[in-house]
Amino acid sequence: MASIKFAVDGKAVTVNADPSMPLLYALRNDLEMGNPHFGCGLAQCGACTVHLNGEPVRSCVMPISAVAGKKVTTLQGLGTPKKPHPLQVAWVEEQVPQCGYCVNGWIMTAAAFLKKNPKANDAQLREALAGLKCRCGTHVAILRAIKRAQQQMA
Amino acid sequence: MNARIDMPLSRREFLKSTGALIVSAAMPALIGEALAQAPGLSARPPLLPTELDSWVAILPDGKVVAFFGKMDMGQCLDVAIAQIVADELDVAFEKVEVVMGDTALTCNQGGASGSTGIFQGARPLRNAAAEARRLLVEQASGKLGVPVTNLRVDDGVVSAIADPSKRVSYAELIGGGHFNHQVEWNKQTGNPMDIKVQAKVKSPSEYRVVGKSFARRDVAGKVYRTAKYVTDVSLPGMLHARVIRPARAACTVADVDESSIRAVKGARVVREKDFVAVLAAHEWDAVRASRMLKIDWNHAKENPFPPMAELHDHIRKAPVHKREEPVKRGDIGGVFKTAARVVEAEYEWPFQSHASMGPACAVADVRDDGVTVWSGTQKPHFGQLGVARLLGLPPEKVRVIWVPGPGSYGRNDAGDAALDAAKLSKLAGKPVRVQGMRQDGIAWDPKGPACVHRARAALDASGKVIGYEFVSKGFSRINIQTNESDPSHSLVGMSTGFPPKPNDGFGVPAESYGFENKLLAWETIAPLLDSCSPLRSAHLRDPVGPEIHFGSEQFIDELAAATNEDPVAFRLKYVTAPRDAAVIRAAAEKAGWRPRSGPRGARSGDVLTGSGIAYAQRGGTIVAAVAEIEVERKTGRIRAKKFTIAHDCGLIINPEGLRYTIEGNVVHGLSRTLFEEVRFDREKVTSVDWLSYPILDIADAPEAIEVVLINHPEIAPTGAGEPTIRVIPAAVANAFFDATGVRLRKVPLTPERVKAALARA
Repeated sequence: MASIKFAVDGKAVTVNADPSMPLLYALRNDLEMGNPHFGCGLAQCGACTVHLNGEPVRSCVMPISAVAGKKVTTLQGLGTPKKPHPLQVAWVEEQVPQCGYCVNGWIMTAAAFLKKNPKANDAQLREALAGLKCRCGTHVAILRAIKRAQQQMA
Repeated sequence: MNARIDMPLSRREFLKSTGALIVSAAMPALIGEALAQAPGLSARPPLLPTELDSWVAILPDGKVVAFFGKMDMGQCLDVAIAQIVADELDVAFEKVEVVMGDTALTCNQGGASGSTGIFQGARPLRNAAAEARRLLVEQASGKLGVPVTNLRVDDGVVSAIADPSKRVSYAELIGGGHFNHQVEWNKQTGNPMDIKVQAKVKSPSEYRVVGKSFARRDVAGKVYRTAKYVTDVSLPGMLHARVIRPARAACTVADVDESSIRAVKGARVVREKDFVAVLAAHEWDAVRASRMLKIDWNHAKENPFPPMAELHDHIRKAPVHKREEPVKRGDIGGVFKTAARVVEAEYEWPFQSHASMGPACAVADVRDDGVTVWSGTQKPHFGQLGVARLLGLPPEKVRVIWVPGPGSYGRNDAGDAALDAAKLSKLAGKPVRVQGMRQDGIAWDPKGPACVHRARAALDASGKVIGYEFVSKGFSRINIQTNESDPSHSLVGMSTGFPPKPNDGFGVPAESYGFENKLLAWETIAPLLDSCSPLRSAHLRDPVGPEIHFGSEQFIDELAAATNEDPVAFRLKYVTAPRDAAVIRAAAEKAGWRPRSGPRGARSGDVLTGSGIAYAQRGGTIVAAVAEIEVERKTGRIRAKKFTIAHDCGLIINPEGLRYTIEGNVVHGLSRTLFEEVRFDREKVTSVDWLSYPILDIADAPEAIEVVLINHPEIAPTGAGEPTIRVIPAAVANAFFDATGVRLRKVPLTPERVKAALARA
C-alpha cells in the first residue's frame, strides 16, 4: 500500500492503494467518481480516458503510482452544463451518444487533439481518433460534432 | 454512498405519496417499502394493466407521468412516447415524463425488444392518455357546468369554448390523485400488451406534437456524465464481485483453492456447484483475486467445437433439428425440372458477438423481506421472474430496476449479470455489484448464430424467374431465450443445476417478390455444446436479419446479373407491394443510381468503385439501402463512402430521432459486414478483446449517410432501427460486385478474402 497524492479536476486528493492499481479504480472506487467507465481494462477502447497533465491517457492501465504529483482531468472536469467545453455543447447539439458509454474516450481524446490541431481536417481527425470504440455506430455523428465544435472554437 | 437513482423531486414525491415507490436518499427501495402506504394519502391501485393509474398519472404541478414497460436505449424512444402521450392528453411535450423499465412502476410490456417500442409499446400508452383526457374533461364538465362537447383542452387546461374564463386545470382536477378507473386489458403480456378504452384516440391530422423533432432527454446527462449508469449504482456495505468463467468450454469445477487468493486481504470465494466468484470490498481487490484464484477444472467433453475453418461444413452436414417453410407456393420441385436455366449460390455468416461497449454489470440486494436488482437488461420484467425462480422466491418479492448499461443490442451478457448478482448477493448475504471483464462480454455473451444460406432460382428461356428457393440452415436464434425469465437460459442457472432448455428458431427473407413458385424455409441444427456454451446462440440486433438478407438480397442481385438486368429495375419488376417499390425507387433516385446490366467497375487501377442496392421488409417497415464503396486492390480493403437509405415505417413520430437511429444501424451493420467474426479453437472462444474481435474503426466509418424518410401518417407506425441493419451487408456485397465483377459470399468481407477473390477473378 502506498499513499499517493495528485489532483483531480482541480482538487487535491490522496489515495491509499496498491501502487500497481490502475488510476481508473482510484477514480471510480476510492474517490467515488463514476465518470470514467470501465470498458476493457486493456487500453483498447478509450471509455476510461482522462487527461494526465493535459494529455489523454487510458486510466484502466495507468498505475496509480505513475500519477503521483500530477493533474488528472476527467470529463466532468473538462466542462459542466454551466461551463461546458465546446465539444460537449456540440455532442448535445448533434445528439451524438446512444448508449453513451464511449463518450469519455471520444471527447477527452478530441479535446486534447484540437488544442494542438484546431484546424484538423476529416482525415486528420480520423487518424487522431483511431482505436477508440463506439458500439452503437455513432461515428458519423461524432465527426459531425467535432466539426461543429471546431467552428465554434475558431 | 447512496443508491444513486435520480428523479426530479416532484416525481419522486408524487410516487412516494402514492405508495408506488420509496427511494430514500440513503437506501434502495425494497418491495415492502414500495408497497407501503404513506399515511393520509390515497393508495395507488395495484400495478395491473387493467388500472388506468398503471399507465398514466397527473402530478400536483400538472406534469404528466407515463409509465412505460419498455426502455429507451438511446434511440429517442422515451421522447416519442412522451410526444404521443402529450398529443392525446393535449398537454405540452415538456410536461410529460416517462418512467421506464422498473418492475415496481411499469407493466410488463416486454422490455426492449425487436424495435417494437412504438409499433407495439406505444399503443397502451396512447389509449391510456386518451382515456385520461376523456375522464378529466368529463370531470371538468361537471365542475364547470358546461357540456363536454362545449369544452376544449389547451396544455392541460380545460375551458369552455364560448367562455374561456370558465376553466379548470388537470392539476386542479386530479393532481397527485388517482383515476381509480378500470380499462380493458387484452390479457397479453410482453410486446403485445394493450388496453381498450372508451375514449377515441386522435386521428393523425390532429397531432401537434407527434411528427416533430424533439431532442432526446438523456444526451446531456451522458455528455456531462451526470447521468448514472448501472455501473454507477452503489449501496452501503456493497461487495464487488467477479464471476470466474472457465478457461475452456465444457468444464465443471473439481476443486477451488481458496488459499490462492490469501494475499488479497478481505477477498473471498463463493461457490455453488460450477458457479464460482470472488468478492471483495474494493473492486480492484476483486479483480486481482479473480486473476489469482486457482481452480481445478474437470473437462466434461474434449474438443466440443469443430475446427473453426470447418464451421460452415459442420452446419451443412449437421442433422436438421427443426425445419419450417413459412412461404411455400406453387410447384417448387417441378419448376426446377423444367427450367431452361438454374442459378444457384450459397452464403455464409459467422458467429458474432454483441460485444457491448463495456462488459455487463448488475447490482443486487437480497434481503429477507425482498430482493432489488439494478440491471442494464433489456427485459427487467422477465429478469424479475428469472431472479425469483433462481432464488426460489415469489416474483412479487423481487424488483428489478433498469438503469442504462454499457450498450444493448439484444440478449447480451446483461441478462446473465442480473442473475449472477442476485445469486451472489444471496450467497454473500450482502449487496453485490458484479461486472465482467472484457472477455466476459465478448467470449461469454450469447452469440448471433452462424449459418449457411442455399439459394437457387429457375429461369425460363426468356430469363423470367419461374421458381425461387431460399433455405437458411444454422444454429438457433433462440438456443438461449430472448429473456432471462427462466434460469435455464442463464450461465449461473446452468452452472447450478437448471437444465438447458434449447429452443429452435430462425427466419426467412422478408420481401414481396412475386415469384410464382417460391419456397422460403429455415432449418436449425443442434448447439455445439448443450450447457454453458460460450457459443450458445441468441438474439443479436435484428436477429438473423443481416444474416439472411446478406444471402437473399445478394442472390437477387445475382439473378439480375444473370439475366443482364439492372438490379433496381429487376427488383421493381418482381416486388408486388407498392410501398416496397416506392422505397426502392426513393433510395435509387436519391443516390443518383445509374442503371447497369452488369458490373460497371473498371478492371484496372488500384482503387475500384461501385454501388449496390438491397431492400427488405421488417415487421411492416420497408428499407432500401444504396452503398457506394471503394475497393483497394493492393490492400484488399473495402471502404464505404456513402450510404443512401430510404425508410418507410408508416407514421413518423420524431424524424431526427429516427434519422440518428438509422445512422447507428448503418454503421453497426457495416461493422458486422466487414470486420466481425467470433474466433474459436476446438475448446474455447479465442475472441476475448477488441484485438481478437475487431469492430469498425472511425477510419472506416462512411463519409456520409443520406436518409430519405417516407412518412405515411395514415399508416400506424411500425418498428424502426433494426430494419436498416438487415440491408447493409448485401448492399455492400452488391457494391463490391459492381466494383470488381466478383462475388463475396462469406462474411466478414475481410481484406484477405477480398484479395483472394480478386486473385481468382
